[in-house]
Amino acid sequence: MPAVSKGDGMRGLAVFISDIRNCKSKEAEIKRINKELANIRSKFKGDKALDGYSKKKYVCKLLFIFLLGHDIDFGHMEAVNLLSSNKYTEKQIGYLFISVLVNSNSELIRLINNAIKNDLASRNPTFMCLALHCIANVGSREMAEAFAGEIPRILVAGDTMDSVKQSAALCLLRLYKTSPDLVLMGEWTSRVVHLLNDQHMGVVTAAISLITCLSQKNPDEFKTCVSLAVSRLSRIVSSASTDLQDYTYYFVPAPWLSCKLLRLLQCYPPPEDGAVKGRLVECLETILNKAQEPPKSKKVQHSNAKNAILFEAISLIIHYDSEPNLLVRACNQLGQFLQHRETNLRYLALESMCTLASSEFSHEAVKTHIETVINALKTERDVSVRQRAADLLYAMCDRSNAKQIVAEMLSYLETADYSIREEMVLKVAILAEKYAVDYSWYVDTILNLIRIAGDYVSEEVWYRVIQIVINRDDVQGYAAKTVFEALQAPACHENMVKVGGYILGEFGNLIAGDPRSSPLIQFNLLHSKFHLCSVPTRALLLSAYIKFINLFPETKPTIQEVLRSDSQIRNSDVELQQRAVEYLKLSSIASTDVLATVLEEMPPFPERESSILAKLKKKKGPGAVSVSELEDGKREGGELNGGGERITDASAIAASNASTPSPSADLLGLRSAAPVGSAAPSAGSLLVDVFSEAGPVAPSSGVTDDNFLSSTPSSSSLGSEDAAPPLPESDELLNKFVCKNNGVLFENQLLQIGIKSEYRQNLGRMYLFYGNKTSVQFVSFTTALNVQTKPVEPLVEGGAQVQQVINIECLSDFIEAPLLNIKFRYGGALQNITLKLPVTINKFFQPTEMSSQDFFQRWKQLSLPQQEAQKIFKANNAMDTELLGLGTALLENVDPNPENFVCAGVIQTKAQQVGCLLRLEPNAQAQMYRLTLRSSKDTVSKRLCELLAQQF
Amino acid sequence: MQFMLLFSRQGKLRLQKWYVPLSDKEKKKITRELVQTVLARKPKMCSFLEWRDLKIVYKRYASLYFCCAIENQDNELITLEIIHRYVELLDKYFGSVCELDIIFNFEKAYFILDEFLLGGEAQETSKKNVLKAIEQADLLQEEAETPRSVLEEIGLT
Repeated sequence: MPAVSKGDGMRGLAVFISDIRNCKSKEAEIKRINKELANIRSKFKGDKALDGYSKKKYVCKLLFIFLLGHDIDFGHMEAVNLLSSNKYTEKQIGYLFISVLVNSNSELIRLINNAIKNDLASRNPTFMCLALHCIANVGSREMAEAFAGEIPRILVAGDTMDSVKQSAALCLLRLYKTSPDLVLMGEWTSRVVHLLNDQHMGVVTAAISLITCLSQKNPDEFKTCVSLAVSRLSRIVSSASTDLQDYTYYFVPAPWLSCKLLRLLQCYPPPEDGAVKGRLVECLETILNKAQEPPKSKKVQHSNAKNAILFEAISLIIHYDSEPNLLVRACNQLGQFLQHRETNLRYLALESMCTLASSEFSHEAVKTHIETVINALKTERDVSVRQRAADLLYAMCDRSNAKQIVAEMLSYLETADYSIREEMVLKVAILAEKYAVDYSWYVDTILNLIRIAGDYVSEEVWYRVIQIVINRDDVQGYAAKTVFEALQAPACHENMVKVGGYILGEFGNLIAGDPRSSPLIQFNLLHSKFHLCSVPTRALLLSAYIKFINLFPETKPTIQEVLRSDSQIRNSDVELQQRAVEYLKLSSIASTDVLATVLEEMPPFPERESSILAKLKKKKGPGAVSVSELEDGKREGGELNGGGERITDASAIAASNASTPSPSADLLGLRSAAPVGSAAPSAGSLLVDVFSEAGPVAPSSGVTDDNFLSSTPSSSSLGSEDAAPPLPESDELLNKFVCKNNGVLFENQLLQIGIKSEYRQNLGRMYLFYGNKTSVQFVSFTTALNVQTKPVEPLVEGGAQVQQVINIECLSDFIEAPLLNIKFRYGGALQNITLKLPVTINKFFQPTEMSSQDFFQRWKQLSLPQQEAQKIFKANNAMDTELLGLGTALLENVDPNPENFVCAGVIQTKAQQVGCLLRLEPNAQAQMYRLTLRSSKDTVSKRLCELLAQQF
Repeated sequence: MQFMLLFSRQGKLRLQKWYVPLSDKEKKKITRELVQTVLARKPKMCSFLEWRDLKIVYKRYASLYFCCAIENQDNELITLEIIHRYVELLDKYFGSVCELDIIFNFEKAYFILDEFLLGGEAQETSKKNVLKAIEQADLLQEEAETPRSVLEEIGLT
């Protein structure tokens, strides 16, 4: 039982809550809730009109049930009724219910808005506040439409009570955030700014949040707020701790308002007016001074409130970035916090110093704290604090301390938390590259990275080290020597083998003079790792081997023997097999000159932004890496690449094997698509290419613009003249399979046809199961596709099932599904059924993950009218749709509206790949969807749109 | 502020306030994730953490965790004191508040919050003014109270 039961104490509600708390199990709880729901439903439906109190109690119970996490599908009407009650508590419960359980039922919204309108007009401040709270809590577009005009009037009217003004200001803020287009600036805006002068601190506190938000979007219109804010701040800062009475919090005058004032000033550049600026600088100095004074209270609330203002002031100082004196003072203050016993302060000091480090005025001052920060990285017990320390080290790094910082980060990596390792690796790689003075240090650092945290070294990192070694001839010999030594380790990471293979393949000759690293020793060392590596690494090693043949003719017999061995030349992996065959042939046919040209050293890579930096940006989102840093990266990158901008293509390994995505292509960031050949299922010889390219269009398909399906003339079994036309329901049956691969395609009294299918890239395999539901055998059982199939058993015993396998290859995009005709005799009668085989274009989707930025950039690129297909349609199913089985990647946090679904994928066909973007916008109120598809090919957009529109 | 959650050490949600539009499904997902993350943290750890693109500020009072999600430019320490002020308000209203008060009088907990924070921003930071507004409402209610049936008195309806 509650300690106090203030006010109403609805006993029925308290009893119900106790009951729920006494339930021993989830089942018991559900049982009790269902009993209560039944009870409430019967009360609401009963003939006897309920009094306001009972209605309130039951609505409150429903609310409680909802907040427990159960669904509530009734009671909304009763809650709306409560809104028009004259009794405050009934109205209040009604509003609470509506605020929590927003229902988009349009009829109700109109009723709710009506009740709100009445309360706003009532001139009763408590009623007005309830109505405003409700609008602020719901904040829907419908409410914005109804009240965005009215609320500004209430806010600035002379006779509005203070408490109503406060609610009106924040209510308007919420509406502005959800529907900025509906809140029109006007005469009221200048009067809102003057609320900063209001006598009532509560009004200023509420109004300033609104003003800050409006200023961000319309800085010019609100710029008079700067001087008002400065004078208000000045008054607070200089007031004694008791002046502000109840707005003083643990001896700190108006901490919330102070923070908000400082925050508002961060929307603007430093004040131009000298007097205003002087006053502001004075305020900031006072705040910094106060931090040095002994605390007025030992309570943590006192220091938190005081430091909240201090941190906000420091943010403003950093934002202005023009007062060297203040910046250095801020830095010293933060330096003190770095060693504070409060973890929270250490965390915030590290975070705040990160931004200070990028200011030219305070960069040096930040650097003096390096030892403390390194110590924090080593000793902090909380991983989130360590993360901040690592961020700060990254931010304060420059040429003077790079070696120390990189070394510390490397040693931290050995024990770092798994959650931050990948980011740490990227940061070390970037710093090492950015501040490398001698490149042997850079190479050592990256190889150390691979040694310590090989699993977290992404491709970009090892691509980059190769790029740099290739572009800098002064480091090539050292790199070769170092990787050779690193590979001596009995167990080395696969990434090390990749770098080693690539570098020795290019520059192994530079260390071949030493008998300890003679060509054959180098080769044997590499080859000793071969069997432990994955396919892509093996492919890379094979390329290194052929390069060896060019570099060191004496290794040719040994390497040819390796290539000729069954494990290479008959390797079940197509890629490896192809490389082995081609390299073997190349090495035996081509003359030394040809070989030397084809296998020439890789040309320097063109100057470009570091792919690692791009990766870090992607990982942290824009803003994590400042623009200046990025430009730095470019500048330094340029230096590093030594002006190599020559692009030659003839000599690269890639040229010798068109289907191979060479590492060089990826180094340039032009990641080529996965090779077609490697995608083939291993049992390649069994693959029946059923949709062969040549041949007339099958007559029974009945569609002329069919550029995909064509039948091979030899497929005899489809006697087109006597095949039945497709069943009327065949389209509907097809639609059932758009989002699923397995299930029952067709069923009548005699026959059941089941389907199991799987797809990968542009290939698919489908199993058809024909089940005889009767006890009598089917004779002359044939199936025919308007393309070639292998025949099935002509006899299907009663109760038995026969199986048929179809291999599918998608040659180009298509619209009509293949037709499947089934004929058999059952008790003498000929059965003739034609169905659409559920093969639809979306089966060949490969999901693609992308960020919001990428998505909308691509979305814009596909803006030609014919690239888009759109449909608006009524929901067929409940609108809690999950976009499963489409084959695309469902992208979260991409669309600004979380109700919307966006997906991206690539349709794989043999002829081409078609990138597709999808956006599904549900309108729960109207039970409608809008589906938009954009792809590089108009027929694909159109077809996908048709198919998918049936699915929701 | 984007939302505020109150949950117990056992992970039971006691109060939820959302200042951004989200679907019920999304709300449940966020709640589950955050309750798990916060409960897994040790006592001496700092009160702030990065989560998705937001900052989480949390503090434990007896058996209850108060947890706020704020945006990147928002002030962590002042948010911590928003939590504390809310706790003070509850404490003053209920008289030494405990988890049970919030369970049995959940509607009051919401009303107090609405007087203090609106749309995720501080509306009235004076403790006196907030409590005055709430007590006024209680007064209004007592005046309006009508006699109830015997059955109602013993909580049977």
